[in-house]
Amino acid sequence: MKVRVLIRLRSSILDVQGSAVKRALGGLGFDDLDDLRVGKMIELEVRAASPEAARGRVDEMCRKLLANPLLEDYTVEVLPAGDLAQARAGR
Amino acid sequence: MRFAVVVFPGTWSDCDFHYVISEVLHQPVKYVWHRERSLDDVDCVILPGGFSYGDYLRAGAVAGRSPVVESLGGFVERGGYVLGSCNGFQILCEAGLLPGALMRNECLQYRCQSTHLVVEQVETPFTRGLRRGQVLTMPISHGEGKYHADPETLALLRKRNQIVFRYATAEGAVTRAANPNGSVENIAGVASPEGTVLGLMPHPERAAEAAIGGTDGLLLFQSLLGTLVEDGSFLKR
Repeated sequence: MKVRVLIRLRSSILDVQGSAVKRALGGLGFDDLDDLRVGKMIELEVRAASPEAARGRVDEMCRKLLANPLLEDYTVEVLPAGDLAQARAGR
Repeated sequence: MRFAVVVFPGTWSDCDFHYVISEVLHQPVKYVWHRERSLDDVDCVILPGGFSYGDYLRAGAVAGRSPVVESLGGFVERGGYVLGSCNGFQILCEAGLLPGALMRNECLQYRCQSTHLVVEQVETPFTRGLRRGQVLTMPISHGEGKYHADPETLALLRKRNQIVFRYATAEGAVTRAANPNGSVENIAGVASPEGTVLGLMPHPERAAEAAIGGTDGLLLFQSLLGTLVEDGSFLKR
């Protein structure tokens, strides 16, 4: 099962990297930006009996390693099988 | 005192620590590979600086879950000492052995420079030979050294006197200009509540000989070894 994890710096934490990228875009004329934050995406292929089981397993992975709860929030998304087939075809 | 210097793939300060402990301090020391779990025959474990596992995911994240680091909790409970410098500090925070986290420097630049540290807490095994307010000079060399802790954690750190070093001026003033990486409250090093686990971003092993960068880093070891008397002068070996 394909699972996508999005990891974001918590909103209370200053994202210096995001600020630098926003400034760079401003330099290119994109001056209509109010905010920009940089995060991480992790895609996993998990062997699991159900989407719920896959989600639970990946949630545990996030808590144990993939995200640092002091700094980051995360979301776990189990992708529908159709997305997976599309993704494969796109390769 | 028997020392172990932990080596991860990507560690770079292991040889410097080994050299200082064996050649400058004349203490027994061995390297311990990160896959080992046994720390039974050592008194102090050093987590050196570097880029363990390439700092993939987050600095110190993968190393913080390695077998040797998982053994550190029990080692500390049995009375062992742990010193983590630079990447070692990041690993201790990632492993939950010290509170807080280390983030990308606020300036976004890698900082490799000399810093002044004011000593705040002298009731730890690593600082018991120092004076409160004493200023030490040690280099830093990192891109992710901005110490972060939420306000509740900071209050707890202050209450339990766990803040050991702050970045300061040569005179010991804690100012924004003296803060090289944007760390909250200029924090450069923190200890566990018992003081037996110390993490700091600066490199004591790179300030251990007068000819190359001064000797203030030795003071931490000499405090630990009990070879430093309270007025800051050294006992003859």
